[in-house]
Amino acid sequence: MSNAPPSIEVINLDTHYGDRQVLKNVSLSVNPGEIFVIMGGSGSGKTTLLNHLLGLLRPTSGTIRILGKDINTLSSLEMQDLRTRMGVAFQSGALFSSMSVGDNIALPLREHTDLDEMTIGIVTRLKLEVVSLAGFEHLMPAELSGGMIKRAAFARAIVMDPKLLFCDEPSAGLDPVVASSIDDLILRLRDAMGMSIVVVTHDLDSTFKIADRICVLDKGEVLALDTVDAIRNSPNERIQNLLNRRTEEAEVDPDAYLRRLLGEKEKHANQPTQGRTGL
Amino acid sequence: MKDALNWLERLGRKAAAGVAEFGFAATLFGQAVYWLVLGRWRRQPVRMPSVAAQAMDIGIAALPIITVLSTTIGLMLAIQGIYTLKTFGAESRVTLGVALSIVREFSPLITGILVAGRSGSALAARLGTMRINQEIDALSVMGINPVRFLVAPPLMAMMILMPLLTLWADLVGLFAAGLYIAIELQGSLAAYADEVVSILKLNDLLHGLAKAAIFGVLVTIVGVVNGASVSGGAEGVGRMTTRSVVHAISAIVITDMIFVFLVTR
Repeated sequence: MSNAPPSIEVINLDTHYGDRQVLKNVSLSVNPGEIFVIMGGSGSGKTTLLNHLLGLLRPTSGTIRILGKDINTLSSLEMQDLRTRMGVAFQSGALFSSMSVGDNIALPLREHTDLDEMTIGIVTRLKLEVVSLAGFEHLMPAELSGGMIKRAAFARAIVMDPKLLFCDEPSAGLDPVVASSIDDLILRLRDAMGMSIVVVTHDLDSTFKIADRICVLDKGEVLALDTVDAIRNSPNERIQNLLNRRTEEAEVDPDAYLRRLLGEKEKHANQPTQGRTGL
Repeated sequence: MKDALNWLERLGRKAAAGVAEFGFAATLFGQAVYWLVLGRWRRQPVRMPSVAAQAMDIGIAALPIITVLSTTIGLMLAIQGIYTLKTFGAESRVTLGVALSIVREFSPLITGILVAGRSGSALAARLGTMRINQEIDALSVMGINPVRFLVAPPLMAMMILMPLLTLWADLVGLFAAGLYIAIELQGSLAAYADEVVSILKLNDLLHGLAKAAIFGVLVTIVGVVNGASVSGGAEGVGRMTTRSVVHAISAIVITDMIFVFLVTR
């Protein structure tokens, strides 16, 4: 396993939203067949990092290699090929609300393969079996519960048998039992299909249950990147705060505090945040 | 002084945002046409079934209301025409005015406004909802180009359906006007039809149909631009949907004027 080239390699990634730097010199690599958890509080930049790994944002500087290919130098056709080899389960599921569950899952097959409808139907039902949603292919996404939507999103993400699977907050908004069953599903997918899985989460229980290695992000920097045990026993105070759910005392800046109370605008408040443009 | 500067700054920002939006619209149109023409070679063809589904939605479902409104417009023009021409005792020339104004102006305009209200707003709402639900991101990461998948089919359907709907509105409007004129001036429908055929030239018909196709493009692109710019949840979707209808109708009326100015001079 250690000889194979890494599934993901991020080298010195710097990114900005407008003037604000979101990620600072992030470097990491994900090995094949590994469950890699990106952890951090709200605003730590983990969603931004995920969007960069998915190629939805362009970094200011730094290199991202997915399955050995630098995604910022690929032509759009090569990128399209690469994207058929990775799957993404979004936080909200992002199922297409105008299509049934079955059509949602079949969409990548219909768009990227020449399989006949019969085969597509079989593959679709096979993936629904994997995520324990057999028999639900005719329902619309609006008719599913939160846990079922996540499962359906997983089914759609793995329908092309990807080498690499991304999961954004798989347990967010679910009760502990359902969240734990999603964790089991992630472990089963890795064991059955041997894919590398990147999970972005702030859920500690699920992190310790599924992770092989953990990357702790804090304020856009990699605070630690190590195995589960090493992270658990880390002497770093901030990591321990995060693990023990202690809130941190924010440093008080009297001038800034006064400015906020007086309602004066921050220096960059007038500038629109530079999000993604276009479709 | 400070207020004036602030006002100038706001004006500048608004103007820049307006130009950016215009550029975005042009880019989207270019990309949609690109995928329509070259999609097959990029292994992402625009699927005909989804074009057909859009065409059903835009066209066939809009037929009843277009029929009702173009009947009304035809009658209204006939009534107004006879009333106005009576002042000169020239009622018999009413067919000329009615036929030309229906075919050149009223049919494309009323069809465009209706389609903007029905389909342009639906397109904006659909794209806006997809955007806030991350469905557009989901398409991108699947390697499915969102413009090819979401914009090209309605654009193509619109460009085909708008002229067809306008042609239908022409026929219905002319027929309704003819009924009223025949009864009011004690003529026959056949004589009216003869007169219409001798008045209308192919050029007049094409003038209306070409405008209809342009309106179709405008409605689609305005709907998509507004849908893609949604931010701020469900309220944002509602706001952009309203905006798309207002913008589309304004764009239609202004483009109409420019088109007429350029073509008739």
